[in-house]
Amino acid sequence: MKSWDNITKIAFSVNEGKSSAVDLVKESLKRINEASEYDAIISLTKDRALERAKMIDDGVLQGQNMGRLAGVPFIAKDNFLTFGGETTAASNILKGFNAPYQASAIEKLEAEGAIVVAKANLDAFAHGASTENSDFMITKNPHDKTRVPGGSSGGSAASVVLGLAPFSIGTDTGGSIRQPAAFSGCVGLKPTYGLVSRSGVVAMASSTDCIGPMTKTVGEASLILDIMSGRDPLDSTTIEKDTLGYIGADSDLKGKKIGLVKEYFDDSLSSEIKDSIDELIVKLKSAGAEIKDVSLPILPSALAVYYILCPAEVSSNLSRYDGQRFGYSYEGAKDLNESYAESRARGFGREAKRRIIIGTYVLSSGYYDAYYKKAQLVRTKIVNDFNDAFRSVDFLLGPVAPTQAFKIGEKSNDPLAMYLSDVLTVAPNLAGIPAITIPIDMKNNLPVAVQLMAAQKHDRSLLGAAKKIEELAL
Amino acid sequence: MVKLSKEEILKLANLAQLKLTSDEVSEFSSELSLILDYVSHLDTIDVEGLLPTYQVTGLENVTREDIKIDYKVDKKQLMSNLPSSKDGQIQVKRMIG
Repeated sequence: MKSWDNITKIAFSVNEGKSSAVDLVKESLKRINEASEYDAIISLTKDRALERAKMIDDGVLQGQNMGRLAGVPFIAKDNFLTFGGETTAASNILKGFNAPYQASAIEKLEAEGAIVVAKANLDAFAHGASTENSDFMITKNPHDKTRVPGGSSGGSAASVVLGLAPFSIGTDTGGSIRQPAAFSGCVGLKPTYGLVSRSGVVAMASSTDCIGPMTKTVGEASLILDIMSGRDPLDSTTIEKDTLGYIGADSDLKGKKIGLVKEYFDDSLSSEIKDSIDELIVKLKSAGAEIKDVSLPILPSALAVYYILCPAEVSSNLSRYDGQRFGYSYEGAKDLNESYAESRARGFGREAKRRIIIGTYVLSSGYYDAYYKKAQLVRTKIVNDFNDAFRSVDFLLGPVAPTQAFKIGEKSNDPLAMYLSDVLTVAPNLAGIPAITIPIDMKNNLPVAVQLMAAQKHDRSLLGAAKKIEELAL
Repeated sequence: MVKLSKEEILKLANLAQLKLTSDEVSEFSSELSLILDYVSHLDTIDVEGLLPTYQVTGLENVTREDIKIDYKVDKKQLMSNLPSSKDGQIQVKRMIG
């Protein structure tokens, strides 16, 4: 696992003319090629990446500043629409799809000089917690090839840890950035809902979909969020960014109140993770933080709410894949209805179909009130419980998942067991609050991480505190 | 426990314009019953007096200026993704049997 210089240092060096964007892109492509056994990457955007790199080097030669990410290669989860290659969401139904426009997040990163070099593997349509549900291949954990990297942004997480590029971006609907960051060992940020535009990202569950960075350090995640965040006319759910931005936030924990979420430390939590967090708590106290026990009794119900709302929104969002305007289309159909039903039957994988059927059920007449509406009401209770908690503490702390990375195949035949992998990550999505995964330890040669949460729109202070935790854990 | 019969699964698949194999129908029938059983404990939670949360950051009726925007989307590339086209139009299979 090779490393990269800090992103800011790379961009500075490119802008100074001391390193070349073309060389950086070539180095990234070389490392991707050398790490092919991990199956982290679906496709390369090589030609366009080299073109853009040359454009950046030329700009520097002409004395221009090419931006805060000048020449920095990065890897996008393959559910971000990008030019220069296909966008598949790791699904057969989108195989061969060439995006006619790019995601707003990609445009913002490119405007600062960053270069997409490759598209990372994921669970098809981001449905999963292990990257085993990709229609193409199973990504391996960078620390142990017999284990999963987590999911659904497993390819993005593995890419950063393997050093294939200095950073990657992912999406988090119920934990899909934070859980793979924990399993693979990198920083993963799910910002406040709406802080990063979803325009040009393949939709999963629109009311909880979030976009965020995956990086080696908290400081680099702050930089990438600072660039990607803010209002976007192409996504009406976006919100303004913090007036102070996200860089250089106060990291002093003296007097800060950190709540330990009681419901996150039950018997299902592995002793390795519990021990590592206990050690961190001692360090947090010596850094002046006040540690409080906090209870959010509604949290054990969050997963049930999520597994009603998510499939409901999935079934609606996946209705656009009808085999007529783009994506896979079944040739042999004799009429339009058969073309819809067969294109979808052959193009979607098992998990997408499962979610379409559950979603259709909970939204259908006669069951809507019992499932969908009830879930939205309990969601309000979750929002209220978090609001109450953040009246007495600045941050909430807990594990990201009950265990470290599990074995490939261990849960793939049991959908409910796989869904339970999200048990500690879904609540922040339902409440729209920011949460970040910070690696704190290695146990049995696998990473251990914590999840830090803050109130809505407190992303800046969250990143400050996360930076301190990163330092304390070293 | 909620039990979804094979007939119900087929009805849902039809509503979702999705053809399922007989293996998928029987698998989903048992799996989805388990999943619905798992989520059914929400019934016991008291939500008296609460309103449902549909938009979590409290935004309402977000509008923009009513002007024409050029999204710079290339028509040729849009068309290149069509599975079937004729005279610059989307071509679909016949609609009336």
